[in-house]
Amino acid sequence: MKEKNKQTIRRILAYIGKYNIWVMVSLLLAVVTVATTLYAPILIGQGVDLIVAEGNVDFQALFSILQKTAVVICVTGAAQWLMNHINNKITYRVVKDIRTKAFNHLETLPLRYVDSHKHGDLISRIIGDIDQFSEGLLMGFTQLFTGVMTILGTLGFMLSVNPLITLVVVVLTPVSLVVAGFIAKRTFSMFTLQSRTRGELTALVDEMLGNEKVVQAFGQEEEVQKRFEEINERLRQCSLRAIFFSSITNPSTRFVNGLVYAAVGVAGAIAAVGGRLSVGQLSVFLTYANQYTKPFNEISGVVTELQNAIASAARVFELIDEEAELPDDRDAKKLQDAEGRVELDHVWFSYTPDKKLIEDFQLSVEPGQRVAIVGPTGCGKSTVINLLMRFYDVDSGSIRVDGTDIRDMTRRSLRSGYGMVLQETWLKSGTIRENIAYGKPDATEEEIIAAAKKAHAHGFIRRMPQGYDTVISEDGGNLSQGQKQLLCIARVMLNLPPMLILDEATSSIDTRTEIKIQQAFQAMMEGRTSFIVAHRLSTIREADVILVMRDGHIMEQGTHEELLEKGGFYAELYNSQFAIA
Amino acid sequence: MKDLLKYLHSYKKESVLAPAFKMLEACFELLIPLVVKQIIDVGIASGDKGYILKMGGVLVGLGLIGLAASLTAQYFAAKAAVGFSTALRNDLFYHINHLSYKEIDQIGTSTLITRMTSDVNQVQTGLNLFLRLFLRSPFIVFGAMIMAFTVDVRSAMVFVVVIPILSIVVFGIMIVSMPLYKKVQRQLDRVLLSTKENLEGVRVIRAFNRQDDEIRKFEGENDLLVGIQVFVGKISALMNPVTYVIINGAILILVWTAGKQVYVGSLTQGAVVALVNYMSQILVELIKLANLIINISKALACAGRIQTVFQETSSISENGKAKNGKTVPGTAKVEFCGVDFCYGGTEEPSLEGISFQAYQGETIGIIGGTGSGKTSLVNLIPRFYDVSKGSVRIDGEDVRDYSLKSLRDKIGVVPQRAVLFAGTLRENMKWGKKEASDEEIYHALDLAQAREFVDSKGEGLELFITQEGKNLSGGQRQRLTIARALVRDPEILIMDDSASALDFATDARLRKAIKEGTKDMTVFLVSQRAATVRNADTIIVLDDGKIAGIGKHRELLRSCDVYREICLSQLSEEEVARDEREE
Repeated sequence: MKEKNKQTIRRILAYIGKYNIWVMVSLLLAVVTVATTLYAPILIGQGVDLIVAEGNVDFQALFSILQKTAVVICVTGAAQWLMNHINNKITYRVVKDIRTKAFNHLETLPLRYVDSHKHGDLISRIIGDIDQFSEGLLMGFTQLFTGVMTILGTLGFMLSVNPLITLVVVVLTPVSLVVAGFIAKRTFSMFTLQSRTRGELTALVDEMLGNEKVVQAFGQEEEVQKRFEEINERLRQCSLRAIFFSSITNPSTRFVNGLVYAAVGVAGAIAAVGGRLSVGQLSVFLTYANQYTKPFNEISGVVTELQNAIASAARVFELIDEEAELPDDRDAKKLQDAEGRVELDHVWFSYTPDKKLIEDFQLSVEPGQRVAIVGPTGCGKSTVINLLMRFYDVDSGSIRVDGTDIRDMTRRSLRSGYGMVLQETWLKSGTIRENIAYGKPDATEEEIIAAAKKAHAHGFIRRMPQGYDTVISEDGGNLSQGQKQLLCIARVMLNLPPMLILDEATSSIDTRTEIKIQQAFQAMMEGRTSFIVAHRLSTIREADVILVMRDGHIMEQGTHEELLEKGGFYAELYNSQFAIA
Repeated sequence: MKDLLKYLHSYKKESVLAPAFKMLEACFELLIPLVVKQIIDVGIASGDKGYILKMGGVLVGLGLIGLAASLTAQYFAAKAAVGFSTALRNDLFYHINHLSYKEIDQIGTSTLITRMTSDVNQVQTGLNLFLRLFLRSPFIVFGAMIMAFTVDVRSAMVFVVVIPILSIVVFGIMIVSMPLYKKVQRQLDRVLLSTKENLEGVRVIRAFNRQDDEIRKFEGENDLLVGIQVFVGKISALMNPVTYVIINGAILILVWTAGKQVYVGSLTQGAVVALVNYMSQILVELIKLANLIINISKALACAGRIQTVFQETSSISENGKAKNGKTVPGTAKVEFCGVDFCYGGTEEPSLEGISFQAYQGETIGIIGGTGSGKTSLVNLIPRFYDVSKGSVRIDGEDVRDYSLKSLRDKIGVVPQRAVLFAGTLRENMKWGKKEASDEEIYHALDLAQAREFVDSKGEGLELFITQEGKNLSGGQRQRLTIARALVRDPEILIMDDSASALDFATDARLRKAIKEGTKDMTVFLVSQRAATVRNADTIIVLDDGKIAGIGKHRELLRSCDVYREICLSQLSEEEVARDEREE
């Protein structure tokens, strides 16, 4: 664990290394800021010393000291601002570099990784974790170094003026830290109780409001309210204790600081009586005594933040370290003007080694043939798509297009050879026009409209308030499922490749739209090798090959007649289901 | 916020005392520079060590009294804030529990949960801070100025000038940077959206080979984010240096003018130190005040959001009477008369012109594609929503003429999502009927085909169910939710696609058991499976919110295109079901 932390820190430093010069400048500015900040009270103290009593004020010397102080103050202000600005710059640049790297990596990760990880988790790494990291880093930059510097600097200055009173400050200051620590320890159990009770309440709220409809259906509102109020009352009691006892910290440390202040005041005054300290120096000590605890508290905060930041960075690096998709071979061929002959030769594939799916599968599809894939939702129809598009690689055997193994061609050219319309319609946020032209960003207006017309989408697009410029909201919420699918079809229509992968609509679409989609599909498939995830009997009957899938396995293959004749699984299904019709 | 203040009413005393004691503490704090002045002017000047020690004692004494006052204030503030949020939470929970489905849909459950939890907490924190600090900080700022006046009028003029300048700087920077931070958040959301889109659309993006463009687009968004962040950073980084320069500049002027006063003998050296000390106190408090305002504005935003939830009122009006109307022979148990229904906000009706009758003991199958209105239709029976046109009648009476309790007591609902609650099996079953005996529960479990697996777990009704029933399989959960509805022996049973995770054999046994075990029950079976509804007394085929056909299986196969299409398309689905693994 420690070793891992060290590694993470080393990697963070490597990212920061790019901005080495700026880091140096920032550190330099920090030294300047701390030194001048500490110097100013001393100068002011000297000024006060010149104001002794009636008729005894050295105005000339006072003026020159005040002048000097003014310069010091301005330098402090400028250095502080510049330092903050540079720290911001370094932090946000570093964060940007890491975030870009993570995102770019996302684009090269194998589908196997993307499919098997929760999207929410990946998103929170790229957004939340990186954000947390940036906060920690920024605080580290601005406060850690200056904090340490301030403590050391103050000690040095105080020692140079009066070691005895310095001793008073150094001995008494930790008392406030001890008090704070003592209270924190004592209140820890109260906070645990509070957060546990709060968790209990949240769980109940989550459970009940999350299923509010069931609560109401069974008329349980009163029962639930009673349980809620009981927990809420317990929360009230333990919250009060936790909040009150933790809020003792500030007044208590303030009180201890007051003690330090009084001690310095008394010790300093007595020293002054003995002539060992001037009044101006006494006022410097009082200022320092007031400020001395601040960096201690800040540093302890920074350390926690930094720990969180390192943990967050580690999670991001984990993502960046995930193995990327095998890059294309250097001498990979480009698939051009494919005829559309697809062969699957002794293909074996499974997602996990312990669950075999596709075993020794053979299929040969001539250009222009239609292959219907039949099976219930979740039976693994998408596996076939994953393999054809090379989202996943086969475990053994090979898939060939026009006689070339697809692993010997560039992914880019292979994928451009296919037009794909999936059931889970994904549209990006942007205008309808951008979405149709997704596969061909430089398409002309005429081409886009022609594609939309062929996909039977032109009509509804024109009726939208901004036509082709209508912005599709995040999840395509302003479009119906059917309309979304028509847009996906138009997207493929714009640039029809020689091979198609289509997913037929199930019942989620109203009949009228479904007929349109069906017509669009027919137009697309004309003369193209097509793989269709089929639900309709007509599609299945007309297919050149039917693949019957079940639980991820391919059970049977053949034409409708062949399969019926074979009297196997398909025939059994067909007879039991369609005989009535 | 105004309306929420009523929750503070029972804590009037605390809400006054907390700031009052805080002010007391501030008073003592303001006295400290004066004591230091005495030490310098009297103690050091006359070399009286005894006096110096005495004054040191006074400093400690002031600290102690300040501590006591402050602790008292913290206690009252915490008590008021916690009491406030507790009362608020109780009421909010009650309110949400009495919203109808329509409002719940509109607001969304996840939003409601956030309001209930983090928003209320935020308000509590804001209130607590407010009670503690809103008087203290301004009091110290102006108190320091007034104290300066008591020391020396001419020097105090420096305060009069500096305080407004400082306030303008502190609040100005805050006001300028706050909306910019919102802009940062918005841009961050865009970066998030980009990421999300790329994960969800990974197949399409790769199929169209657009990875490089997506990377470029992401970089663009990311650059924009950094640009804004650095810009905001530049502005808010001004806060510390500028205030530092102002305060210290003021101290210089103070020393100079005070020096002149000392020279003419109207001021002492100690007084100069006291004035410098007062100046230093101001800055700390002004920054605290600025932070307080940020926190309070956040809390106010949360309070506003909570307020909007309170403003939602249930669209289901309760003016019906409690009835336990008996089944009237010859009258339909459930009747829909020309019902139109649309969800709030959409003009497209989800149901249109629905009319049918269901008699006692009948089983009604409802089938259609997703989005065809099946669930909407059955949701109208227990009056989860109100019809937009027409009426729904039970035993000849409009459902709106029943009290909600008497209406819903007649009905057992098995929702689409099989939800159970954390607790024992018995507790869960008692949701259906509070005073149900173990025999009744076991009977229901028998009917729901759940007895076998419950017995196999060996814990009987003490079987513990974790939240949402996650320790059970989907099929087991579904059977238990069916049992829960059956426990109350309802007159009407609604099963909303609630056997989807069951294999065909169990599904068939279940339907048979319900048919035979509950002779008088009117059962509504919503399903996408033709096999589930094919034996129903009446099948209603919905398409796009309208009745596409109504009748028995064989009639519909002949007369209804939509129904035939559904049956045909299920070739493969039936197949799954056939060999569906039995849990």
